[in-house]
Amino acid sequence: MKANYGYKDGSGEYYITIDTELCNGCAKCVEACPEKVLEVSENELDPLVEDLVARVTEEHRKKIKYSCAPCKPVTGRIELLCVQICDPGALSHSW
Amino acid sequence: MVESEKTEYWRWTESRWTNPDLDWRNGDIISAGVDVGSVSTQSVVMIDGQIYCYANMRTGSDSPDSANRSMKWALEGTELPLDKIEYTVGTGYGRVNVPFAQRAITEIACHARGANYMYGPTIRTVLDMGGQDCKAIRCDERGKVTAFLMNDKCAAGTGRGMEVFADLLQVHINDVGKMSLVDEEPEPVSSTCVVFAKSEAVALLRKGWSKEMVLAAYCGAMAHRVVTLLERLGVENDFAITGGIAKNIGVVSRIEKELKITAPEPSIDPQLAGAIGGALFGKALVEKSRK
Repeated sequence: MKANYGYKDGSGEYYITIDTELCNGCAKCVEACPEKVLEVSENELDPLVEDLVARVTEEHRKKIKYSCAPCKPVTGRIELLCVQICDPGALSHSW
Repeated sequence: MVESEKTEYWRWTESRWTNPDLDWRNGDIISAGVDVGSVSTQSVVMIDGQIYCYANMRTGSDSPDSANRSMKWALEGTELPLDKIEYTVGTGYGRVNVPFAQRAITEIACHARGANYMYGPTIRTVLDMGGQDCKAIRCDERGKVTAFLMNDKCAAGTGRGMEVFADLLQVHINDVGKMSLVDEEPEPVSSTCVVFAKSEAVALLRKGWSKEMVLAAYCGAMAHRVVTLLERLGVENDFAITGGIAKNIGVVSRIEKELKITAPEPSIDPQLAGAIGGALFGKALVEKSRK
């Protein structure tokens, strides 16, 4: 499942997408994120299974634009730290 | 001092229903779903996966109280005691505040499951137009979510926004859709913010626009907003709309026109989708525990 967390507003689209089919719940992204945007929990969208997958915390879903700002290309980083560290390539972003 | 009571144009009709063909005493699994939304609360009780009774009412300022009231109303006259319900699932904004629920499940999962029940297993894209957010959901033939996108940053493109317009134009919320169907489609108002849209509408009224035209401009804006959301996710046939706005022909027909797709007429109140999904998950969880 492709879970899009974030929003679109007048200034652009801000979504972090997690492909739960690919995510293995290793939690490396949780460690890598300097703003603690991600967490690992049971897949809330498939209540009948108990697999652990990454998701964006409730707290950050409505302010991704600001939460992820420290990792924007302008700071010299090539790719978001969470995306870089994800071995199965489950993470992507809309900007 | 003189006081006066004005009509509340935004107030939609609350309802309850009992299935005359079912008796809870003959049922095996009795499950329930309670969807405490930002605007409305629904309780649905299901017997072996069939709707037994439901209530749909306005959410108050206290979520546990709203959940209790709607369940009490749903069970009214059925003689079914609350403790006979084996599994209750809470969903919606207030899902963690349903006092008698065994579990809370996100409304995205519940709406996909509910739409699958209401419109059949061919549904692949669900648009839930709720009271204060809207969600685009893709699902498989079992109603399992395969992708989703949500807009809950602001009330534009939601039921709350429509209530604001019903109130502004003094048109009853049930009549908004039909009234907005004008011959010549006007340019839509702002689709990013309800407050901006409202002030634009006031300006249009001052310019001499009719209520019908202003409503058309707003329904158009609302449709356009959700269509951009859907297009980002990708629309696959069949397509269904759930939530209160599914009853608004003005918005539904404009979405259909923009997407060049038709949504089936709901046979069950589309506001119930989340609670139905919750009750179905309740049943599935009971079956899982019995294995």
